[in-house]
Amino acid sequence: MIEALQFGFMRNALMAGVLVSIACGIIGTFVVVNRIVFISGGIAHAAYGGIGLGYYLGINPVLGAIVFSMASALGMGVVTRKTRQRADTIIGVMWAIGMATGIIFVDLTAGYKADLMSYLFGSILAVPSTDLWIMCALDLIIIVLVALFYKELLAISFDETFATVESVPVDAIYLILLCLIAFTVVMMMRVVGLIMVIALLTMPAAISGQFVRDMKKMMVLASVLGVVFTTAGLSLSYFLNLTSGATIILVSGMAYVLSAGAKFLVHRVRSNGVV
Amino acid sequence: MTHTEGADVPREVISVEGLWAGYDNNIVLENINLSVRELDFVGLIGPNGGGKTTLLKVLLGLLSPLRGKVRVMGKSVREARRHIGYVAQQVEFDRDFPISVWDVVRMGRLGRRPLLQRYTPEDDDVVAQALGTVEMLDLSDHPIGDLSGGQRQRAYIARALATEPNILLLDEPMASVDAKVRTHIYEILRQLNERVTVLMVSHDMSAISSHVKTVGCLNRYLFYHGEAELTLDMVERAYQCPVDLIAHGIPHRVFAEHVVEEKQP
Repeated sequence: MIEALQFGFMRNALMAGVLVSIACGIIGTFVVVNRIVFISGGIAHAAYGGIGLGYYLGINPVLGAIVFSMASALGMGVVTRKTRQRADTIIGVMWAIGMATGIIFVDLTAGYKADLMSYLFGSILAVPSTDLWIMCALDLIIIVLVALFYKELLAISFDETFATVESVPVDAIYLILLCLIAFTVVMMMRVVGLIMVIALLTMPAAISGQFVRDMKKMMVLASVLGVVFTTAGLSLSYFLNLTSGATIILVSGMAYVLSAGAKFLVHRVRSNGVV
Repeated sequence: MTHTEGADVPREVISVEGLWAGYDNNIVLENINLSVRELDFVGLIGPNGGGKTTLLKVLLGLLSPLRGKVRVMGKSVREARRHIGYVAQQVEFDRDFPISVWDVVRMGRLGRRPLLQRYTPEDDDVVAQALGTVEMLDLSDHPIGDLSGGQRQRAYIARALATEPNILLLDEPMASVDAKVRTHIYEILRQLNERVTVLMVSHDMSAISSHVKTVGCLNRYLFYHGEAELTLDMVERAYQCPVDLIAHGIPHRVFAEHVVEEKQP
């Protein structure tokens, strides 16, 4: 592994893993406790529309993805809040429309589409230094906003009605949360690809939630787990010559299954011990 | 205020006139008139779906009335929110939610600390005091999901108290707690009632105890005249079913005794 670190791309990849894990740990915790995994998946896939648009206009696809994921996040947020229609249906529709738009834009773009697949399946080994700076900036935005609105975010996550009674602007806070999810999703796209974004967003937080019962601790532990999973996955993929994004996901998935199993067993042993 | 009684009559803290409320085309409350005076302890009984929670939602400004006028502490409901402590009906919730009792109770301070303001040491004092009032201080570090139903109910009462309310609204506070806890919660409420007006609603008549000062029935219409005892007439009109069935097993002190006896052969 030490020799691998001599390569600039490997250092960038590890750095990207760390930066993404921070966002994942913080925002993934909110996604898990608010049970909005499906919305997060919708935001991730709708972001593909922005990637297509980026190719079509000849601008950085990441910028297009940021715009599209923000727009879809706000759209889904308003829809789930304001309409009486079944929200999950509408999220599913926006999810599909976003992806389809992206594919059509790519069709309309002439010439060779460099690393298009990397947005779908991730290419952590090809993260350029400029993207690391974008990730840094997004991490900073996420940390600052979560710190500023932490008490409100916690309140709407736990008990929205009470938060409303206490004059918390619940709709605005909810939309801020969805925008933060959009930022996170865009960051993660480079690492695991938008198809597997929800997996890395939720698994570290879900595992962390099994061990700690405090939101802040859950975020920190989830971030640490994210770093461990991305680093381990990256190393494995390097030595076994496998797709890095998928390897990271499988490492996380394995850890999730193990921790869930362990928790189940501990629970059984304990309850048997009492009886 | 238009009443003509003596000057020693406590001031009116909740005033509802000709209220109609509901959802879409489904009217739940019809022509509700309610006047609650300061430091009263009102218990409203009604069957499930009778509009109890809807009435509380209107008082909290969570649901706009279709018709009628609602004033709390002489203000509009939205302005008056900071005078109200709300204990919602306990519903299924995520037991794994990563939050401590302390953090739940501290949410009661949100109304005093708007966006971008941090909680202060004063908030901590209020939270500690609220937890002390419900005798939950020693459990403040515990995750809320680990508490029993009764402990959780006390935590939610503490959260309502942390808002430093003038009025306490409780929705089915005695649901899912056993008789012993119920007595304890009533004792807490009785002490609070020395400085706070209390309005509680319940579908369970036996949940309305002798600590309640005035009682009424709510089932689409409200039958409440600020009286200390339920009359057979009120219950009969609210429930629209044979009262003999309902009267069984109800603490006598709720009913005027002669009314119950009249019904017996």
